[in-house]
Amino acid sequence: MGQIDLINISKSYDKQKSVLDEINLSIEEGEFFVLVGPSGSGKSTLLRMIAGLEDITSGTLKINDKVVNHMPPKDRNLSMVFQNYALYPHLSVEQNILFGLNAKKIDKQEQQKRLTETAATMGLTELLKRKPRELSGGQRQRVALARSVVSEAPLCLMDEPLSNLDAKLRAHMRIEIRRLQKRLGLTMVYVTHDQVEAMTMGDRIMVLNDGKIQQVGKPITLYNEPANLFVASFIGTPKMNLGKAVLNEEQGQLLIEDMLNLKVNPNVDDIPRNENVTIGIRAEHIFPGTDENTTHHLEVVNVEQLGNETSIAFDIGSELWTAKWPGQWDITVGDVVPVKIDMDNLCFFHSDTGDLIKSAKAGKKQEVVLI
Amino acid sequence: MTMPISKKIIFYILLIISALVVFAPTLMAFVMSFMSNKDIMTGSLPTSLSFDNYVKAFGQFPLLKYLFNSLIVSIVIMLGQLILSSLAAYAFVFLEFKGRDVLFYVFIATMMVPFEASIIPNFHIIRDLGWIDTYQGLSIPFFALAFGTFLLRQNFKQIPKELREASQIAGMGDFKFYLSVVLPISRTSLLTLGVYGFLTSWNMYLWPLLATTNDNVRTVQIGLKQLQTQEQLNDWGVIMAGAIIVVIPTLILLFLGQNKLQKGLTEGALK
Repeated sequence: MGQIDLINISKSYDKQKSVLDEINLSIEEGEFFVLVGPSGSGKSTLLRMIAGLEDITSGTLKINDKVVNHMPPKDRNLSMVFQNYALYPHLSVEQNILFGLNAKKIDKQEQQKRLTETAATMGLTELLKRKPRELSGGQRQRVALARSVVSEAPLCLMDEPLSNLDAKLRAHMRIEIRRLQKRLGLTMVYVTHDQVEAMTMGDRIMVLNDGKIQQVGKPITLYNEPANLFVASFIGTPKMNLGKAVLNEEQGQLLIEDMLNLKVNPNVDDIPRNENVTIGIRAEHIFPGTDENTTHHLEVVNVEQLGNETSIAFDIGSELWTAKWPGQWDITVGDVVPVKIDMDNLCFFHSDTGDLIKSAKAGKKQEVVLI
Repeated sequence: MTMPISKKIIFYILLIISALVVFAPTLMAFVMSFMSNKDIMTGSLPTSLSFDNYVKAFGQFPLLKYLFNSLIVSIVIMLGQLILSSLAAYAFVFLEFKGRDVLFYVFIATMMVPFEASIIPNFHIIRDLGWIDTYQGLSIPFFALAFGTFLLRQNFKQIPKELREASQIAGMGDFKFYLSVVLPISRTSLLTLGVYGFLTSWNMYLWPLLATTNDNVRTVQIGLKQLQTQEQLNDWGVIMAGAIIVVIPTLILLFLGQNKLQKGLTEGALK
């Protein structure tokens, strides 16, 4: 129970510009599926269409192989958590949690049983008599979650539920939601603009921009093999360093932003020659250079000491690149430091279309070594 | 705010004087209602105070009947306004239909038409329905209140849309949502509108005068006027006693609801 299929789903207001364009997607049962994208990308609209709060302009939406395009929200057997929690201010926590059950006319005894169970798991037992305004942000969030859990719907939709919490609480709630979803075996569709949330919580992620699917895949796949420049710059903090580059065949070298030269193995065959491409390299793949392997010397324009790692910024042509080095480095702005940039760590994209030509070869291997 | 003592004293003296000036007629009426007719007519200070006028007011005229009529009519109008205004406001906020905003502005525009202008068509309708001298004839023309709809719409708009959506997912219909969520949340505004509606209809004069022809349904304001013209020489003491009795509910309501009334009425204006 709880499988969702979207077939050619489109949405437009007033028959003009489409907000969502031909979305094809299938969400598996029991999956934690994250919709991520910048604001205005249509991710919330898509979620609300699944919930039935928004009309579908064209296409077919199926839940459990049943077409539900025109089914009202209450018959879709799902629960939803809203960004502002949507708690009823005049009702106590208890009444808020039971609100949906009352509307569905569920037997009183059953209601009480579910209430005590849910309140215990969510740590709300002490707060049942309070009003929402007497609760902290995190507690309100838990009430909203409890309301969704208590309905026992197999499908749960969440619309940026953590964006009103402070950073620490957010990290904590991320884990709680994830554990809850796994324990109850819920199919979860989770909307966020925060790529960290997407990466850490999702079984699979869909990146959405301008109403179009950019890429669907496992978090690590999105990180290592971004399908295009948008995904490359959206997923990962700091974002992937990008630069214009040309592969010059005669000289056997790759010139990045008219500044960095890289020796190229002449056997590399899948990169267009003498043509503008865009390359990308992750911050952790710009390594500190040693005597033997230093490829470039770069001037430092900014240093951030994070304790466990050091983030260093360089000006590369018109771009600002960041490198992440593990440990603490005693570097100041203006220093020229040796770095090692390896051809194997570069991703190549078409400059015009932004599509991926070739992903970093060393990506996965390096990941394992580093961690 | 802090200000020097001297300034404060001046302010308070000025305030007391203006309060006396504004309140003088009421005070006079209050004192006169206890004075004998002779004292009133000669303009002297009261020589004796008594409840005679009150006894007379209740004895000579069906004052209790008038008060009862006023109470019924005011309560019916108040309830009618609350129900219709809140339902209309709900539709304007939570239901989506074509031309909703246009319709709302047309609706609001009727606030510019004074009731006196529509009094003749209203009278025709009431007469043709045979509702002259009935409670429904006195109250129903006032049920549709653009001001009330406007006030409540402003209030309902502050209710997050997500509450409606959450209840939709829970499987709750519009009417149940209106009853169990919207109304309890906007208690304050409903109370304000209720008090406002009650007081306005309690003080209504022109319409009850037109729509009634006998004492059985007359309201107290008409009754007061009758006190004045019943005899050749006005019995001012009795009239004042009647007036004091009539303003008492108004005063009680105002004292109790002063804060809420102010807050509620300005709420719509500020947003």
